[in-house]
Amino acid sequence: MSFSAGVRFLLLAAACFISARALTAEIPLGERRSGYELMARETRAIQDDDATNPGMLWVLDGEALWNKKAGAADRSCADCHGDARESMKAVAARYPAFDTARGRPVNLEQRINGCRTGRQKAAPLAYESKDLLALSAYVARQSHGLPIRVTIDERTRPFLAAGKETFHRRQGQLNLSCALCHDDNWGKHLAGSVIPQAHPTGYPLYRLEWQGLGSLGRRLRNCLTGMRAQAPELGSDEFVDLELYLMWRAREMKIETPAVRP
Amino acid sequence: MARAVVTMPAQAKRGEIIEIKTLAQHPMETGFRRTQTGELIPRDIIRRFTCTYNGVEVYRADLHPAIAANPLIAFTTIATETGTLTFQWVGDNGYTVTEIAPIRVE
Repeated sequence: MSFSAGVRFLLLAAACFISARALTAEIPLGERRSGYELMARETRAIQDDDATNPGMLWVLDGEALWNKKAGAADRSCADCHGDARESMKAVAARYPAFDTARGRPVNLEQRINGCRTGRQKAAPLAYESKDLLALSAYVARQSHGLPIRVTIDERTRPFLAAGKETFHRRQGQLNLSCALCHDDNWGKHLAGSVIPQAHPTGYPLYRLEWQGLGSLGRRLRNCLTGMRAQAPELGSDEFVDLELYLMWRAREMKIETPAVRP
Repeated sequence: MARAVVTMPAQAKRGEIIEIKTLAQHPMETGFRRTQTGELIPRDIIRRFTCTYNGVEVYRADLHPAIAANPLIAFTTIATETGTLTFQWVGDNGYTVTEIAPIRVE
């Protein structure tokens, strides 16, 4: 390679790099779409009707757990919080939220487990366990149709920035970032599936592929495994930061819990 | 927890066709899957669903391993008289769930 050809190659590489950078732009607010809008008519019908939405089975289980006494304190969620339809209204729509004791944002599952260990004096529920999914589905259901509003202030801003960094960082053997698919190529196909914009509007949600309910953490681990990256543990700081960024990215979109996805 | 949800109208006109939707909470484990260590996961499915209207069977379905988890069964029947509809799901490992729904026919 001659000197001038080398320079030209470098310039070309730099131009490619810049255009690649320019491509990973955030989706304009008006162009955001819930995964719901990209689904088949039949799948949307399953979600729309509570009589056919299998996620409602977990919501009903969650309601039973809400009123069941647990732990050494022999207290139920309802003993402190009363009727969830009132007390939990719009609560899930503002999680992850800053927790002063931990000095960082916590997600809904961590808040539920915080209540279990702190107030009920009970053992924390395992991530993805039936009971934790049921309780978080029941709590999130009370925000159904309400807009997502996470609090971004000086306390949460560093964690939002960390989540944003994770979203844009290339990782794994395939050297992909979340943004490459979900910001730049949404609406196109990855094998037979439509790439959604990755707005976490309906978690925990019923995935037909899973044949059950799953949390956002499970979904994130799915994606990372597909990218052949090392997936963090459920409830890890990295995941909660990413969750915060995703919820901020989906701000003002409506909660659909329990959503149904293919 | 074995749960089933039945959705149908509480009242209907005589002779009216009513739609009934049922959702049963069940993993519908096929019996063909293996664990990560290669052991076969035993079959655990719902085998039969029946609906009786005042004791008379109006709908029956046999379920097989290829049916998805938490099966949704929707069907119609004719509202003939006031009474109750009894729904029963019977499956492997002693799984039995019964739901009863009243209907008023005018």
